Amino acid sequence: MFANRNFRPVLGFEVHIELGTKSKMFCGCPADHFGVSPNTQVCPVCLGLPGALPVPNAKAIEWCIKLGLALGCDINLFSKFDRKNYFYPDLPKGYQISQYDIPFCKNGQLLGHKITRVHMEEDTGKLQHQGDVTLIDFNRSGVPLVEVVTAADFKNSDDSDVFLKELQQIIRTLGISGADMEKGSMRLEANISVRPANSPNLPNYKIEVKNVNSFRFIKRAVDFEVSRQIKILESGANPAQETRGWSEIKQETVSQRIKEEAHDYRYFPEPDIPPLQFTKAQIDTWRSELPELPAQVRQELITKYHLSPQYAVIISSDQVMYSEFLKNPSKTTVDALVNKRPLQNQTTAKVDSEVVNKILAANPKAVADFKAGKQQALFFLIGQVKKELGNIDVSLTQRIINEYVR
Amino acid sequence: MLNKLSLTEAIAGLRAKKFTSAELVQSCLDQIKKHNKKLNAFLTINENALDEAKKADISKPFGGIPIAVKDNFLTVGLLTTASSRVLEEYMPQYESTVTKKLKEAGAIILGKTNMDAWAHGSSTETSDFGLTLNPWNTGHLPGGSSGGSAAAVAADMCIAAIGSETAGSIRQPAAWCGITGFKPTYGRVSRYGVIAMASSTDSPGPLTKTVGDSALIAQIIAGHDPYDATSSPKSVPDFVSNLNAQRSTLKIGLAKEYLVGQSKSVVLEAAEKFKELGHKVSEISLLDPKYSISVYTIVQRSEVSSNLARYDGIRYGRDRSFFGDEAKRRIMLGTYALSSGYYDQYYTKAQKVRTLIIKDFEQAFKKFDLIIGPTSPGPALKVGASVNSPMFGELEDMLLEPSSIAGLTSISVPCGFVDGLPIGLQITGPQFTESLVLQAAHNYQQTTDWHVRKPQL
Repeated sequence: MFANRNFRPVLGFEVHIELGTKSKMFCGCPADHFGVSPNTQVCPVCLGLPGALPVPNAKAIEWCIKLGLALGCDINLFSKFDRKNYFYPDLPKGYQISQYDIPFCKNGQLLGHKITRVHMEEDTGKLQHQGDVTLIDFNRSGVPLVEVVTAADFKNSDDSDVFLKELQQIIRTLGISGADMEKGSMRLEANISVRPANSPNLPNYKIEVKNVNSFRFIKRAVDFEVSRQIKILESGANPAQETRGWSEIKQETVSQRIKEEAHDYRYFPEPDIPPLQFTKAQIDTWRSELPELPAQVRQELITKYHLSPQYAVIISSDQVMYSEFLKNPSKTTVDALVNKRPLQNQTTAKVDSEVVNKILAANPKAVADFKAGKQQALFFLIGQVKKELGNIDVSLTQRIINEYVR
Repeated sequence: MLNKLSLTEAIAGLRAKKFTSAELVQSCLDQIKKHNKKLNAFLTINENALDEAKKADISKPFGGIPIAVKDNFLTVGLLTTASSRVLEEYMPQYESTVTKKLKEAGAIILGKTNMDAWAHGSSTETSDFGLTLNPWNTGHLPGGSSGGSAAAVAADMCIAAIGSETAGSIRQPAAWCGITGFKPTYGRVSRYGVIAMASSTDSPGPLTKTVGDSALIAQIIAGHDPYDATSSPKSVPDFVSNLNAQRSTLKIGLAKEYLVGQSKSVVLEAAEKFKELGHKVSEISLLDPKYSISVYTIVQRSEVSSNLARYDGIRYGRDRSFFGDEAKRRIMLGTYALSSGYYDQYYTKAQKVRTLIIKDFEQAFKKFDLIIGPTSPGPALKVGASVNSPMFGELEDMLLEPSSIAGLTSISVPCGFVDGLPIGLQITGPQFTESLVLQAAHNYQQTTDWHVRKPQL
């Protein structure tokens, strides 16, 4: 979308996917933590208690490798886990079990973009800031997390938008995760920088944009960042290496953390887990178990059922629609299905910051209560917005209130 | 004097109803009361031990037997501190696999024994709760890190004890205290619930009055644990009945490089004994143990720096200022060794040398069934010997680190005295040859009486 003849974006992504396995990555606790009351799905292992040891979840490893196979990756038959050492209160062991130099999967591609690696790690706990205190919920600690890393080969945000949506569809087709950004089971991180069009060298800085939870916002964040960085470069300055977030109120990226130097994670092989050795036969079996992937389905809809590419995309993007269609593959079915499709945001009102500001200003006590950690006050405030606007997107409203109050 | 019984004798006595478990436990408690103030072998006594004894089911393998446990094994209901102030009031939420198995076998956990803080050391002098003294001469150290367990067994404060070894922490205190200390193969006994020191070498094992006792305990605690991915799926042989299995002539290698210090002459006598028993003993040359010291120091410090990161001050009630000097030294050295730019120079290189050491043993075991040598260069050193020597443990354990790094199985048995202090003989076998190691050691003990001598308390 941005057309600046003098500069070219350098754009790559890291996508984290929480797997939908029954249990966590290294213990028997349930992995599904959404909406579960805090610290009820924990054990010595995911709390990192003294003497507790990780035992890898075979299903999670299989699913990670299946995603790698679906993305055309080479699979490392010999692989291992490593410890990534760093301090953060949501990381009870003081290290995250991840993969460093030998990921399960490498060198894949999707829609012409290079997939550098797909590796397995564990999620961290969650911090809840309430007034003066910070609470830690370890339900998410140790949930299987797959990280997909792309090369920085995206030309623009349209390019990446199509790619990220396709990746989500593949994950859903594999049935390994809901890949739901609202719930945090799919998290996007963009690495954005800009180089002069006439210089093949990569820029000497990198901006990470983190914690963006919708395709729409990541696209806007990328566009915003590219323009912002071009302006800085045009002024003769160099953008600072930093991590930025997306503000839904301001509709712009905001600085979160300036990176002074590269973090030294002191990676070393996880001594509590023996290295893993797969056989080619095992990988071939997993490959043969892959379902029909979205690209294949679209191709089939177009060539076998003569659907238009647009309809093929719509029908293939929804498992239910696709199976309905297959029961009676006709034009009538397609029309019925496509017309029945709910339009996005059809019934929800637009929540703008002006309305939220007004309501927050009118209810200082509720705001103070919410700041002090009373969830009840938040529900009250959301209710007030709802009164004003009618049917609203509750989680979006909640995020805007959160951001405003913070 | 029931407390003086070996495990084998105690089990037999209980079964024959010669005495009750309560009497047995009481005699140990009496001995603890009498001597622990001075020796400081126990940090915590199980106040319910006597009640548990009264309800003991002696039909179980260890029914009613009082056993002491090193303070780095998590025990529900008993403080577990690893002898560090960081965990001074830590009450575990779950049970270690080893103590769980012992309890299921009917054993009574008599109490928790002193150790070097976090198991960092070979003297028990780095304990944050005071050092343990050697029952043979209280001016001397008991060794470590399982020094409390070794002293408790030597002083007959318990029937047997559990320790853990990362590089010598069972065998060295056993040698210095004149008892039997058995290190099973790495992976043979679960590490689940043992406060981690160096994950890639930590091996729980027994400290006992006889080799037969070690076999009995190993039988109970060995085996695959679904909670420890590094525990071996191999089936566990019957160590106990194998003890007296028909022995063929063994080819025993006497490690030439290990024959140093005051232990040398005593160990040479032990070698003669094996010849008398009909085995073939000849000298073997192994890699200079100095390489193992370097490898062990890098690998162990690296793992320690990561393993201790969880005690970050957020949980457990105490912050990092409660770490002692030794732990701080190890965290700093390990952090440095793993840092980018130094990793290849230290950690990667150490792992390469580790592979060479493993291969060196593989070569040796092509020619020999077992390797023998002194457990420690000399007898127990004097109190205070470790204080100004940050590498104390590495030097005292130089003859034990190679076998630990290679993950082998090994035992230390008493084989004589120097200046009234016991000397240990180590017998080492390839991985998963516990039966053979125990057999040879048992064979030795049946024709010697070093192990039945008791210190004058």
